[in-house]
Amino acid sequence: MVETDDKRPSPEALLKLAQAEEVEAGQGKLNIFLGYAAGVGKTYAMLEMARQRRQSGADVVVGYVESHGRAETDALLAGLEIIPKAAIVYQGVSLPELDLDAVLARKPQIALVDELAHSNPPGSRHEKRWQDVLEILNGGIDVYTTVNIQHFESLNDVVAQLTGVVVRETVPDLLLDRAAELRLVDITPDDLLQRLQEGKVYVPEQATKAMEKFFQAGNLIALRELSMRHAATRVDDQMRAYQESRALPGPRSVAERLLVCISGSPFSERLLRITRRLANEMKAPWYAVYVEPPGSDKFARENRDRIWRDLRLAENMGAQVASITATSVAEALVDYAQRHNITKMVVGKPAKSRWRELLRPPIVDQVIRRSGQIDVFVVSIRPLENRPRELSGPRPKIPWSGHLGALGLVLGASLFCVLIRPFFSPTNMVMIYLLAVVVAAIRLGRAPAILTAFLGVLAFDWFFVPPAFTFEVANSEYLLTFAALFVVGVVISTLVARGRERAEAMWLRELQTASLYHLSRDLAMAADTFAIIKAVQRNLTESLNGEPLFFQPIGEQLEFVDSGEGPTPDLKEQAVAAWAFRNQQSAGRGTDTLGSAAFLYLPLKGSASLMGVLGVKLAKDDDYTSQQHRLLLDAFAGQTAMALERVHLTQQAGQAQILATRENLERALLNSISHDLRTPLSSITGILTSLREPGNGLSPEGRNELLATACSEAARLNRFVGNLLDMTRIEAGGVKLKLEPCDLQDLVGCALAHLESRLAGRPVNVEVPADLPLVLLDLVLMNQVLINLLENSVKFSPVGSAIDLAVRIDRSALLIEIGDHGQGLPEPELKKIFDKFYMVPRPEGGGGTGLGLSICKGIVEAHGGTIRAENRDGGGLRIIVRLPLKLAPEEGESHGQ
Amino acid sequence: MDSSGVATGVRILVVDDEVAIQRFLKTVLGSEGFSVHQAETGKLALVAAAVVRPELILLDLGLPDLDGVEVIRRIREWSPVPIIVLSVREREDDKVQALDAGADDYLTKPFGSGELLARIRVALRRAVQEAPEPVYKIGELEVDLGHRRVTVQGREVQLTPTEYDLLRLLVSHAGKVLTHRQILKQIWGAGYLEQPHVLRVNISNLRHKLETDSSRPRYILTEAGVGYRLKGDY
Repeated sequence: MVETDDKRPSPEALLKLAQAEEVEAGQGKLNIFLGYAAGVGKTYAMLEMARQRRQSGADVVVGYVESHGRAETDALLAGLEIIPKAAIVYQGVSLPELDLDAVLARKPQIALVDELAHSNPPGSRHEKRWQDVLEILNGGIDVYTTVNIQHFESLNDVVAQLTGVVVRETVPDLLLDRAAELRLVDITPDDLLQRLQEGKVYVPEQATKAMEKFFQAGNLIALRELSMRHAATRVDDQMRAYQESRALPGPRSVAERLLVCISGSPFSERLLRITRRLANEMKAPWYAVYVEPPGSDKFARENRDRIWRDLRLAENMGAQVASITATSVAEALVDYAQRHNITKMVVGKPAKSRWRELLRPPIVDQVIRRSGQIDVFVVSIRPLENRPRELSGPRPKIPWSGHLGALGLVLGASLFCVLIRPFFSPTNMVMIYLLAVVVAAIRLGRAPAILTAFLGVLAFDWFFVPPAFTFEVANSEYLLTFAALFVVGVVISTLVARGRERAEAMWLRELQTASLYHLSRDLAMAADTFAIIKAVQRNLTESLNGEPLFFQPIGEQLEFVDSGEGPTPDLKEQAVAAWAFRNQQSAGRGTDTLGSAAFLYLPLKGSASLMGVLGVKLAKDDDYTSQQHRLLLDAFAGQTAMALERVHLTQQAGQAQILATRENLERALLNSISHDLRTPLSSITGILTSLREPGNGLSPEGRNELLATACSEAARLNRFVGNLLDMTRIEAGGVKLKLEPCDLQDLVGCALAHLESRLAGRPVNVEVPADLPLVLLDLVLMNQVLINLLENSVKFSPVGSAIDLAVRIDRSALLIEIGDHGQGLPEPELKKIFDKFYMVPRPEGGGGTGLGLSICKGIVEAHGGTIRAENRDGGGLRIIVRLPLKLAPEEGESHGQ
Repeated sequence: MDSSGVATGVRILVVDDEVAIQRFLKTVLGSEGFSVHQAETGKLALVAAAVVRPELILLDLGLPDLDGVEVIRRIREWSPVPIIVLSVREREDDKVQALDAGADDYLTKPFGSGELLARIRVALRRAVQEAPEPVYKIGELEVDLGHRRVTVQGREVQLTPTEYDLLRLLVSHAGKVLTHRQILKQIWGAGYLEQPHVLRVNISNLRHKLETDSSRPRYILTEAGVGYRLKGDY
């Protein structure tokens, strides 16, 4: 049992496979031709492969291939369709670049794009060519591309260590994962060097020196090994994936989870790459965490930017990232790790001077002490010699005013002490200086506070310690006082300063939480898209001082939603938004894609589909890269997307309900039609066939009775068909009122005349004042209303009972009331009787169609009036039609007289 | 009644493309002694009208080739033969058009044979009669056209000149439907075609003077959406 279970693919594996296929559907496949150095023949191999595919009938175009004048490459290029390069002008020089839009528009099956790691000149859509390639892939086009192993992000530092050459153009490892096929293009280093000597390897002129250093046998061997190892790992991955999907028994990975802690130091990047490699080898998910000490706002901006960049890098490399604010870095890290079931932690070991370690145990030690079950990998990080020194930012400005303040405080304290000197002993003066230190710590910050403590000691010694006005100390007891004053001053200032920093951090977080809370509260109340837009607009302005733009998909297109206020995007901005929508990635200001846009565009990802794009313009340039702003913006986008989706789903549910109601109605219609059409037809058919029967032996009276029945059934059928036609016309919106001046007596007379036979001698009490003016009505339709109402009264009141019909004018309304002397209706039925196909359940059965009153309602409403039913005081039902009174123009009457 | 006497040999052209209706009309009319001729299309009807020279035409408006109103117009170009239109209920406008084009009467489908025969008789009699009878009498209403005297229950009724003209028009077409346009044009002139309220007011006044209960008129009947008809003596 257990064995067979083991061999079955795990649900997770199947799910992964399904997801991979899902991703593949509609997306192009990426073929990477991987080499270890320039000149190994990647482009050549790619072109050869392309020609083969072309011969077997594939639609291949060359998006960008640079032959560097090599005849062999040119020969291969001949005969392939080449998309003309776009000329991008940068600093007066026209640079031939990949024409991305042309490739997308041409939509071939396969596009060739050389040199994946290339950086595009400023002004291009993307900063990097690999971003172009991703977009082509998203367009459903297969891409053949070339890249050298040292360009992959996670190997970048290894290569630098191996060769001493820092490669600046990098490609995220994610592309390696995306690759459907990885082809290793390989020649031996000896051959490569030979080719180099023969001048067959293109070396850009400005890099000749670096290249010389690069093209050394040792370097090449190392790089070759690296590329082969990488290709082998990939083959291994494929094998594993294959085994998982086919459930072949093989080695399984244990559920490992890795966590790396980054600090914003220049070495965090390396830590990330190391962790990624580890995670890859273990097939484990990994997390990158930055713990922000409170008050980190005081860090140099550059440092914060680096943290932000590192987190983005980690995300690009497949990590889940988090940023936590906590005083104790170690405690927060371990806590996070435990909550996320981390099994292994990676921390860097900084090279700090010994004495600082003594003062404060390094974070590494703290982590190890607390880590418990979690394995901790400590990676020693030494700066690379060849790595250019990170530029140190401008030194933090020394707050001279603070230090002057410190001086002032000490002087003030001294003056005060001079004044109280006659009454207190010198030791008490210490308290006054301490007070000054506390004030400095609260008001001026930490450094001025320490200065205050130091100056305080000096001033105390100078003024009050005998012998006065010298720094000499007569009584060595005072040395202790000095030490205590200084130490207490330092401790107090540190504590106060830290408290203040923490409060500041809390305040910032509080602000963020509050703005998110306000947003989610507003969004929860928003019932439609417009309200959501308003809510986001308000909150974004309040909490980020930003201007939003909204785009919503309408069909396949992304349309700008004009909220009535705020800016309107021009075509360029709309194109950037459209890009963000199509590629489901943020774009525009502050991103790598189309960074020259005025707004930052965030796709609004709902759980099922993309709900639109949110464009944001922030007040300051720095805000676009600030982590706090981006986190908040991401949260805003998430909340907005959720709200939009909720509204969307609610609307859909509403529509579904309408559909269901309509379906019910249609069923009722069919039932009614089949019943009401067939019943009279069957009696007519029955009567006719029996009369036709030769020798039916019917008496003349019997015959007459049958014929009378057949006639009345035919009349009933005719009425029903008439009703159906009326209803259909009303439903189809085909009621065009033909308003004409009507004499209301005429209206009533017509209806009564029409019903003469049906009324069967019933008394009808008509109450129409003779002096009513002519009223604008559609006579034919209102006639129909009266006929239907009268018929209804006839049907639901006892034979022979009177029917009351009154017409009167009530202020600006015309009232028509028709009452019977039947049983009336239970309250809840009163409203329903005007519904289509609603029939009052009655034991005797009225033989109605359930249409008459709803036709009345349709006609009356077309006149802008209302119709309702009520029970009469003395029993019976009264139906009241209320029409807006439109009087006929009276001119012309005099002509007639 | 003397129906068979009147009908003997009288030629009636029935224009309808429905076989069932044709068969029904042929049976009913034939048994009344009419000589029934049939046409299924408008074009055939125009030919038959010229060849057969019917004394009355029953015309269905929904014909496969020509519009029924067009058929009426073309016949009216050369013949005053009475035309009774057969039409379905929903098309008031068609009825008005047909009447304005010169049809004498209309019948709404479905109809009974008694109704049909009565209408035919009225139409035939009016066709034979050159001028209206000088004294029209129905129920308790008596109109003496010669002396311009109108009495109800023997009591003389005072009418305005317009009311009298209106009544005289109705009397001279008793039993026949007159459309609003026809009446407006005859009494007030072509300039009043779009002022139907003039007509309504006068009809209303007439009714008050002639009818015992003007909300249940016995003489001047309203054909909703079409026009008025003075009750004929059939």
